[in-house]
Amino acid sequence: MRAQREGSQAVALTVARCRPEVVCAYPISPQTHIVEGLSAIVASGELAPCEFVNVESEFAALSVAIGASAAGARAYTATASQGLLFMAEALWNASGLGLPIVMTVANRAIGAPINIWNDHSDAMALRDCGWIQLYAQDNQEAADLHILAFRLAEQLSVPVMVCMDGFVLTHAVEEIDVADQELVDRYLPPYRPRQVLDPKAPITIGAMVGPEAFTEVRYLAHQTQRQALTVIPRLADEFATVFGRRSASLVSPYRTEDADLVVVALGSVLGTLAETIDELRDDGVRVGALGITTFRPFPTEAVRAALRDGQRVVALERAFSIGSGGVVSQDLRVALAGMDCPLSTVVAGLGGRPITRPSLRQLITQARSAPGDPTAGPQPLVFLDLDRDLLAHG
Amino acid sequence: MAEPSAIPLPFAITLSAATSRSNHTGAWRTERPVYVDLLPPCVNACPAGENVQRWLYHAEERDHEAAWRELMRDNPFPAIMGRVCYHPCQTACNRASLDEAVGINAVERFLGDEALRQGWTVTPPESASGYRVLIVGAGPAGLSAAYHLRLLGHDVVVRDASPQAGGMMRYGIPTYRLPRDILDLELARLLDLGIVLELGRRVDDLPTEMADGGFDAAFLGIGAQLARRAYLPAGDSARILDALGVLRTVADGGAPLLGRRVVVYGGGNTAMDVARTARRLGSTDTLVIYRRTREKMPAADVEVEEALAEGVRIRWLSTIAYAGDGAVVVERMRLDEAGRPEPTGEFEQLPADSVVLAIGQDIDQSILSDVDGISVVDGLVQVGPDFMTGRAGVFAGGDVATNDRTVTSAVGQGKRAARQIDAWLRGQVMAAQQPRRLATADRLNPWYYSDAPAAVRPQLDAARRASTFDEVVQGLDETTAVYEARRCLSCGNCFECDNCYGMCPDNAVIKLGPGQRYTIDLNYCKGCGICAAECPCGAIDMVPEET
Amino acid sequence: MAVQRVKFYQTGSFAVGNRLLDPAMRSVQSDATRTNAITSGHRACRGCGEALGARYVLDAAMRATGGKLVTVNATGCLEVFSTPYPESAWQVAWLHSLFGNAPAVAAGVAAALRAKGRTDIRVIGQAGDGGTVDIGFGCLSGLFERDDDVLFVCYDNQGYMNTGVQRSGATPPAARTTTTPVEEQAPGNRFGQGKFVPFIAMAHEIPYVATATIADLRDLEAKVERAMQLRGARYLHVLVPCPLGWGTDASETIRIARLATECGLFPVFEAERGEVTDVNPIRHRVPVEEYLRRQVRYRHLFEPTRRDDLIARIQARADANILRFGLLDEKES
Ligand SMILES: Cc1ncc(C[n+]2csc(CCOP(=O)(O)OP(=O)(O)O)c2C)c(N)n1
Ligand code: SF4
Ligand SMILES: [Mg+2]
Repeated sequence: MRAQREGSQAVALTVARCRPEVVCAYPISPQTHIVEGLSAIVASGELAPCEFVNVESEFAALSVAIGASAAGARAYTATASQGLLFMAEALWNASGLGLPIVMTVANRAIGAPINIWNDHSDAMALRDCGWIQLYAQDNQEAADLHILAFRLAEQLSVPVMVCMDGFVLTHAVEEIDVADQELVDRYLPPYRPRQVLDPKAPITIGAMVGPEAFTEVRYLAHQTQRQALTVIPRLADEFATVFGRRSASLVSPYRTEDADLVVVALGSVLGTLAETIDELRDDGVRVGALGITTFRPFPTEAVRAALRDGQRVVALERAFSIGSGGVVSQDLRVALAGMDCPLSTVVAGLGGRPITRPSLRQLITQARSAPGDPTAGPQPLVFLDLDRDLLAHG
Repeated sequence: MAEPSAIPLPFAITLSAATSRSNHTGAWRTERPVYVDLLPPCVNACPAGENVQRWLYHAEERDHEAAWRELMRDNPFPAIMGRVCYHPCQTACNRASLDEAVGINAVERFLGDEALRQGWTVTPPESASGYRVLIVGAGPAGLSAAYHLRLLGHDVVVRDASPQAGGMMRYGIPTYRLPRDILDLELARLLDLGIVLELGRRVDDLPTEMADGGFDAAFLGIGAQLARRAYLPAGDSARILDALGVLRTVADGGAPLLGRRVVVYGGGNTAMDVARTARRLGSTDTLVIYRRTREKMPAADVEVEEALAEGVRIRWLSTIAYAGDGAVVVERMRLDEAGRPEPTGEFEQLPADSVVLAIGQDIDQSILSDVDGISVVDGLVQVGPDFMTGRAGVFAGGDVATNDRTVTSAVGQGKRAARQIDAWLRGQVMAAQQPRRLATADRLNPWYYSDAPAAVRPQLDAARRASTFDEVVQGLDETTAVYEARRCLSCGNCFECDNCYGMCPDNAVIKLGPGQRYTIDLNYCKGCGICAAECPCGAIDMVPEET
Repeated sequence: MAVQRVKFYQTGSFAVGNRLLDPAMRSVQSDATRTNAITSGHRACRGCGEALGARYVLDAAMRATGGKLVTVNATGCLEVFSTPYPESAWQVAWLHSLFGNAPAVAAGVAAALRAKGRTDIRVIGQAGDGGTVDIGFGCLSGLFERDDDVLFVCYDNQGYMNTGVQRSGATPPAARTTTTPVEEQAPGNRFGQGKFVPFIAMAHEIPYVATATIADLRDLEAKVERAMQLRGARYLHVLVPCPLGWGTDASETIRIARLATECGLFPVFEAERGEVTDVNPIRHRVPVEEYLRRQVRYRHLFEPTRRDDLIARIQARADANILRFGLLDEKES
């Protein structure tokens, strides 16, 4: 059903159509509208029998989801920023236990200094926690990815985070098609847990594992998550068949074929980037973009397939590893091993700073004119729109 | 519940239930619990060798018949014993250290009476051994021996000079302690086993009677029936009687002339019995005179207390220096440094219509005088540990052979002698019993026992009792008897309270089912010792593992 | 209180079993077919009170629910000694998530069961004192205030035992732990600190709060049974002595728990909706010294010099409990 609606509202409606049985949440901007929306839907009785649990912290929110999921219920929660970090311990636990929880992360910066605006520091900080991470470019994708996420999580018994940029998406009102219930039901079968707390067949979930088997447990977790790289494209295809519109999958190339420079990015900036590329193309500049939807597991092959030797690659990152550099860049570097694709990293849009078309234009222009000698050694980390006056006088 | 999918369980982090059982934690153990069966103090103290704790166990369960049958394994006279026994078991009882001793005797009496009410009987074996045993004396020792020999399959003939059976139970114990209907009923039940009783049949020539009757063995249970006479300076008209004679006359239905003021000389149970009998015969002023202190008095405490309650007065540390017409002269004694009484030279005259001597009994040696091999030393027939006299095939027990001089002791001797006779007849030697360790009070964990003071047996009102020969001490009703039985702590022997089973942190105690107790699963027992520490009755030892 | 005081049956209601009792009145632990929720082969220390307490509670709950029970366990000794790969000692459906989230996980399980219409299946959350009164406390309070249908059980061994006997918010004053060492100035854990979570639970006015020890099995079982009769958030705080952490002989675990109540330091009571409804009177009162003396964690109160001042302060705590809860029958007080 197509309508003008806020991104959060679209996600709430879509999650509701996925028929979660337990929803729990703790409020934090910019996630609040999603859970408010869901609480209203649950309260209306429309979702019965669904339990909405108001918890006392994000740690509890995910813990409630863990318990619910282990008891065989489809469980959902949402958070952002501090909340995601507050969940950290439980994130690892949920994935370790193989519980297919789906969670929306309304990406937001992490304090201090406290800052409620968008960047990717929160999700990036927890990229290694065993969850699948999907990043939405726009609100249609954000909504749709949740349907795919439940299907994916339950098929692999791995939890999935759907990341959408805080405010930029969550609070943006646009025309969004929220999937019909009937179609969702066709796409997403009822949850059949791989293991369940059942008094009739008691099992022990959450044992202690020592050095003798811990590596193997982690190896298997890795293998399982990597399976998503084949599963996701199939689910995306099936999604297109059922819903009649394309779904995001592993990566989304934009005008890369003949580009001599490709900007790799995650999330909503890809929209601005596309517009900038269109402008530059009009000027005859051969530039493209590669959106990464599936960041965990990292789609190495898909990335390699999307790029060609000789293309310059700029990783545009909304978070970075302090004291080191780009986070996405690390994975890209591994993925591009053996390819002639010089890589540079630009950190942009931290703490809600807008990434504007002029800035992007300038960035791309400069990057194209910089000497492309791969033997020149590591490039310095570039911060887009860094205000040096502020540094000097602030 | 949602049906789990077909995907296999997560590796390692999800486990199947109870798989820990493959981890045998028994390897950690340095000590292991071992169930023991110790000798309860009551059993240790019982002269009749009753397994007191065991029959109480059945009584606790209200299985009175089983309790009675357990009793009957050792003692054919529960109803009598429940009245006349001075219950050394209760003196030994560990419960006294918690509150009061278990009223074992009262429960025994309840069981004995219940058996009489219900008409329970025991049956001798079908097959006869072919041996014949002559029992001389139908007192407690002789009848006990007869009973056990009969149950062992032998032909038993009991001969006694008296017109009625029972010995001291009939002629020495007043009816207010042992009503004759009770005595008669228990004797009748015993004789019904097929024991031949020949009364008024004094045995003077044992070897001949044995030969004539074709007896393979004989048991002498003739008691100590002769009253001991002490030299007592006395005037001609002094009325001096002996206690046994008085009691016997009363037992035969007579009323000896004692007068109003009666002095009893002696401090044993017979002295108490005769003093109390005197009260019942109309004596208004009954005085017991005893040489030593109350603590030294051989009479049982209950007897003394009941006598006092009935108005008998007792003068300790006194002797009779002279008995005259209507009076006695009493000399005061004091204790010397060694605690022995010595005369003080202080005299006092007290009125006395009669003096009854109760200073002991001797055995009648006339029957033994011509029998080769039987020797009498210090007034006792000499027997070996097998109860055999110096003459092969002739055994003796009871008052004739010991100075214990209680019905219970005689019953016990009769039993043990019977078992020896049986072994001897069959040409066997009885294996010496392994001494059992005593279940001492320090082994108990008394926390687990309910707080429960002893039940009191109702007694006839003291004022009434001094004037009648009705039984003084009444029985317990069923509820009270069961209550009393349940006060038993089961010292040193598992009574299946489940503490070990319930308190093992490793579930290493296996419960085998009612009556079967428990066993330790050494695969898992870590040897923590909680079972032993929390066993109420001290029936578990911790024993070091040999490494 | 719910427990039926057994009349006089030799051992009355104090022993685990009693052959003289009507089978229906016998304790769960005396039953040869009890669940053994935690079975043999677990790796708890010799004489561990927590292993015992967990079996007592869960077996009773299994009986009370007809076997329809799922459990959630916090990190701690109980979890570690029962589930080292590849061996689990559990014979009930069991989930371990984290140290501090057991109440929330249990709430999630309860929510799922509600959503699935399976409220016939009941949920127990369990944790050590650290997992309950400290790190899990936020989640516990949330569970309470939401009145989720969970019985949460704290096995209180008065310290972080699994990590090597460190102080928790439930460690009593003067007790030596590895983080409250005994120094001249600081004789073990400080006075005036710590919390008694049963009171805090009562302040939430939840349907049921009770304390118990492993020394009074019938009382403990009756409380579990009572708790399972009720719906909503319920809390049971069970004292489980730890031979390792307290420095007691392995065989003394039950006795120590008994002394803790008999001296008045650990009050045993139950409360409904914030009001105390019953207390277990002290049966044979003992001075705190009887209790303290047997534990190495209090040895510095007696050696090398006797600290009468500190013993008196601990006695004062016991006396205050006795007064506050009326732990002595009239005859004794
Ligand atoms: C978040 C977190 N912090 C610390 C730990 C380390 N830790 C594991 S168990 C434990 C102590 C458990 O104490 P308690 O809950 O009282 O249980 P006990 O072991 O004493 O039974 C600690 C500190 C942990 N596992 N997780
Ligand atoms: S440390 Fe204490 S609580 Fe932990 S297993 Fe050992 S005895 Fe039990
Ligand atoms: Mg603890």
